[in-house]
Amino acid sequence: MAERSFATEVQKLRIGAGQEFHGEGILAVTKALLQSGVSYVGGYQGAPISHLMDVLGDAQEILEELGIYFENSASEATAGAMLGASVHYPMRGAITFKSTVGFNVASDALANLSSGGVNGGAMVIIGEDYGEGSSIMQERTHAFAMKSQMWLLDPRPNLTAIVDMVQKGFELSEASNTPVILELRLRSCHLHGSFIAKDNIGPAMTIQQALEHPQRDLSRIVLPPMNFAHEQEKVTQRWPAAVKYITEHALNEFVADDGQDIGIILQGGLFNNVNRALELLNQSDIYGNSRVPLYIMNVTYPVIDEEVVRFCQGKRAVLLVEEGQPDYIEQNIQAVLRRAGATAVLHGKDMLPVAGEYTPAAVTKGILAFLRAYAPERLDEDSLPALALPNDDPRSPLAPRIDPALVQGRPPGFCTGCPERPIFAALTLAQREVGEHYVAADIGCHLFSINAPFNIGATTMGYGLGSASAAAFNSKSAGKRAIAVMGDGGFWHNGLTSGVGNAVFNENDQVLLVVDNDYSAATGGQDVLSSQAENPTRSTKHPIEAAVRGVGVTWAKTVTNTYDVAQMKEVFIDALTTDVKGPKVIIAQSECMLNKQRREKPAMQQAIKAGHRATQDRFGVDPETCTGDHSCIRISGCPSLTIAENPDPMRDDPIAQVISSCVGCGLCGENAHAAALCPSFYQAKLITNPTWWDRAKLSVRNWYIARLQRGIERRLVGIEPA
Amino acid sequence: MSLATRTRPITIAILAMGGEGGGVLSDWLVALGEANAWFAQSTSVPGVAQRTGATIYYVEMFPRDLEHPHRYPVLSTMPTPGEVDVVVASELMEAGRAIQRGLVTPQRTVLISSTSRSYAMPERTAMADGRIDSAQIIDAAKAASLRFVRGDFAKIADDTRSVISAVLFGAIAAAAVLPFSREQFEAAIAQGGKGVEASLRAFGEGFRVAAASERPTVDIQIGMRPVDPAEAQLAADKAMAASNPQGLVGSKLQTQAERIAHQFPTAAAWMLVNGIKRCAQYQDVAYADQYLDRVARVATVDDGRDDFALTTAAAQHVAVAMTYEDTIRVAFHKTRERRFDRIEGEVRIGDGQMLEVRDYLHPQVEEIADTLPTGLGRWVLQSRAMNALIHKVTHKGLKLNTSSVTGYSMLYITARLRPLRRRSLRFSIEQQRIDSWLDTVVRGCATGGAFAEQVVLLQSLVRGYGSTHANGVANYQAILAVIDQVASGTNPAGELQRLRTAALADESGTALRAALTSLPA
Repeated sequence: MAERSFATEVQKLRIGAGQEFHGEGILAVTKALLQSGVSYVGGYQGAPISHLMDVLGDAQEILEELGIYFENSASEATAGAMLGASVHYPMRGAITFKSTVGFNVASDALANLSSGGVNGGAMVIIGEDYGEGSSIMQERTHAFAMKSQMWLLDPRPNLTAIVDMVQKGFELSEASNTPVILELRLRSCHLHGSFIAKDNIGPAMTIQQALEHPQRDLSRIVLPPMNFAHEQEKVTQRWPAAVKYITEHALNEFVADDGQDIGIILQGGLFNNVNRALELLNQSDIYGNSRVPLYIMNVTYPVIDEEVVRFCQGKRAVLLVEEGQPDYIEQNIQAVLRRAGATAVLHGKDMLPVAGEYTPAAVTKGILAFLRAYAPERLDEDSLPALALPNDDPRSPLAPRIDPALVQGRPPGFCTGCPERPIFAALTLAQREVGEHYVAADIGCHLFSINAPFNIGATTMGYGLGSASAAAFNSKSAGKRAIAVMGDGGFWHNGLTSGVGNAVFNENDQVLLVVDNDYSAATGGQDVLSSQAENPTRSTKHPIEAAVRGVGVTWAKTVTNTYDVAQMKEVFIDALTTDVKGPKVIIAQSECMLNKQRREKPAMQQAIKAGHRATQDRFGVDPETCTGDHSCIRISGCPSLTIAENPDPMRDDPIAQVISSCVGCGLCGENAHAAALCPSFYQAKLITNPTWWDRAKLSVRNWYIARLQRGIERRLVGIEPA
Repeated sequence: MSLATRTRPITIAILAMGGEGGGVLSDWLVALGEANAWFAQSTSVPGVAQRTGATIYYVEMFPRDLEHPHRYPVLSTMPTPGEVDVVVASELMEAGRAIQRGLVTPQRTVLISSTSRSYAMPERTAMADGRIDSAQIIDAAKAASLRFVRGDFAKIADDTRSVISAVLFGAIAAAAVLPFSREQFEAAIAQGGKGVEASLRAFGEGFRVAAASERPTVDIQIGMRPVDPAEAQLAADKAMAASNPQGLVGSKLQTQAERIAHQFPTAAAWMLVNGIKRCAQYQDVAYADQYLDRVARVATVDDGRDDFALTTAAAQHVAVAMTYEDTIRVAFHKTRERRFDRIEGEVRIGDGQMLEVRDYLHPQVEEIADTLPTGLGRWVLQSRAMNALIHKVTHKGLKLNTSSVTGYSMLYITARLRPLRRRSLRFSIEQQRIDSWLDTVVRGCATGGAFAEQVVLLQSLVRGYGSTHANGVANYQAILAVIDQVASGTNPAGELQRLRTAALADESGTALRAALTSLPA
């Protein structure tokens, strides 16, 4: 069960033709798939398209009604291979994942798919994790489109354009027997907007029909001599067919192309930022009526030579707004113009940033430079936007207005009560005893260990590759062994074979920590094989320890309560010092707190309402005994364990304080124990709807304690004022 | 700007930490717009950024052209520096971040921010006080914005048992930056359907505080917030300490208070009053006398520099040193009635609810030996068998139910060992340490008052329990070992301060070691 539920929103997917749909980008894409008659859908979660998988999961009832098959793929490679169903059958299929990382994983399958080509429309919907908020290396999906020859659709970031492109994309795929990529930029996925809906339609052919009527066509299989034929087919048949469809259906747009001698070529996905820049420079309006000619490439691959040449004809200069690097489109268009003997000068990365996100500010500055060079008469230099001023001009929005020391970085970190925090607290304490070790990190929430306060982890080589990335650190003569980290998500994605199997086979002596929090947590709490939840449509509860023992691991220990820091620490020390050869696998198992709270909080409130006894834990710090040195924070970093003004007038440093967001996980106390820190932590257990026995105990205790307390206060009379 | 002539959208950026409800706030803004015939588009940065890190939500709104209701405006998915109308920040440093990113500009932006702080990691992990100065951010925010609407919205959320997003929504309504009425705002909350009542209460309080925050009288009189009764009381107490310290102590300490009034500089009175109470509470009245004797040693050699800063510092640090953290002190504070009252307030105990308090204790062999009479304590420390025995019982720590009869009794009895303290091993060690430290302070006066004050401040390194305490003592001694060398240097006070700061820079002692090796010979 995912972190966010779309159970109510998915009902919007049922609306019919002519009604206005309001909602998020991912819901709109789902609606578009239903309007396109897809037969099957798969994918792997990851921001920014995690929620697309969640929406599909929550929409299973609707999908089933229409006869659509949906699965949560084991990895992007699985999803890519799933599109093989469209090779021989006229079935439309869509998969989704985060790019470029997803493409890296899926590219073997997608390269084979692209070689043989498809019969039914095949679409890869990618969330382009590029720019602010991205958590991955900054690369472009464009390269994958070029290398395998898949058409890359980059529609304008509004729901109407995106929905329309989904439907046209399937048609394009079928017209050119080529899989297509629909690129959604990071913010488009969570864009709230509206569009006019169409009716949902069932698939032309269902999975059931396909299974019952097996088909094969030798010419589509990638093996000599067909593979050579495929390469020829790509350029002689599929490419021209795509160009024909794209031009005939006007997928790319021409705006204000009325014989002016300058123009701008842009990726469709950047349209809103370009229009905002043009508005700020007084060259367009809020409805996108640019007065500068625009050629909007809603299809960024292939480049349509004829359209480019036509747009540039009679123009002195054209500016290309292409986000990211390398500048594939710029190189492509330069070649097209040169071959056509066009005289227009093409500008691009010489006026715009070579690398990095094309924000409205970056685009505004680039277009301003272009207009100043070629059409200064169009600009009113006195009414330019403030961002056009140099940064050191006091009127510039970027003029320094605050001391940078006052604004500290605030990177993402473990949530309050996260079960992974105690694991790294324990590893910190273990390393204090047995020395620092090399730690190879992995992708997942556990990667937050690289930041303060833990500062643990040296590399991250890819999802599930934590163990593999420590493969070289295997020395029979070394006095220390490497530690590798992997999450349950990465483990099932590929880590079991790429890491654990590899380490067993190569007799690698590493210590592998598998963080098992019951979900693929970083991507939004989706279930995986080892999840403990009862999932009505998926098979869960397959223990990780059984899997690693199955591939030959002999030293495997599962810790079922990661909050027991002392035990966790002992297991680390044991694994780091044991004589057993081969990988030492520690499975640290406690449920993701975010998901646990989401499940337990409403249940508890219900129980309380019904009059049942319920207990809630919270932690606290006694201000009288806390001396304000913050050792406890340095081995925790929990957002609920913070600092507060010291109430003691004789002490200057702020004390530690547990704030009301505390979920009572108990780590503060366990840490204080394991590290023998200080006696200031207490657990406050609040009992609601106490039983008669609770009450009886309480009255005895209260009477007893109050009596003794009176004695304590009696001594103090005369010291404090009356 | 009237709707007919509006050519640009209203732009709103929300800066929050992941999990704070920035998404809910932008959903309300969208609902507010859409319910009133505006186009509204919101975007956010999804993914791991939402795991407690700083994150930004962005909303644009544009009125629907009622003659062409399906003519869609082109709205941006990202804020543009210099072009943001409203910036909402859930926390003060995030407001600072918005300013730094150029989203807040004096020509255009109404900045709405909570003045509360959610401390960043370096502020929290600092070994001493690593907090940045909120007042500086507030000053920058005033200068950087067109208007700065503010209040402690986090406290309102807590007081109304709601979320900060509802309070901020109220503040946006009060700021009157959007063309919608208060009723229209409230309707947007009601439409959400979840926790509506609490949200509306929080909204109302946010509205009230935000509306008052810009009234100039508030700024002139008392700065950015209403007078806090606790602060007013503190100011009154400080004034009383200077004029009539006897009024701040009970009958048993009248002699000592009189001594403060007559024998010590007025500037030190507040710390001295606290010091005698602290020592008397910790041990007995005689201990308070001893405390005054010790501070008097310093006061007599104080040349009055900086309004008797040396004596004041001594008054503070001698008291803290004399009331060192031992098991008796811990047990005393953990058994007091006011502690139970405080915890009940913290957990907001309601009618019919019960509270149990469990303490995490882990007395070390050293701490137990500390409490025993000197001879016995030494024997325990040296006895391998006793060491092993105590370790076996305590190394995993005790989780003591202090609200039970047994648990409370254990702590109560420990606290009652107070009379034994004077004969304990730790007591004699601490008294020797304090006296030799004060010898150094007095000797330091020959070098200069500022230097002597720095010697006093070294005591702040000694604190805490277990390894924290041991590390502190080690650092303190490492610095005292070179004190003569420092005193003979060109800038002894500055050098000593540098060493103390280095000792507080990291736990491993790396910075202090570096500072000590770089001492001028």
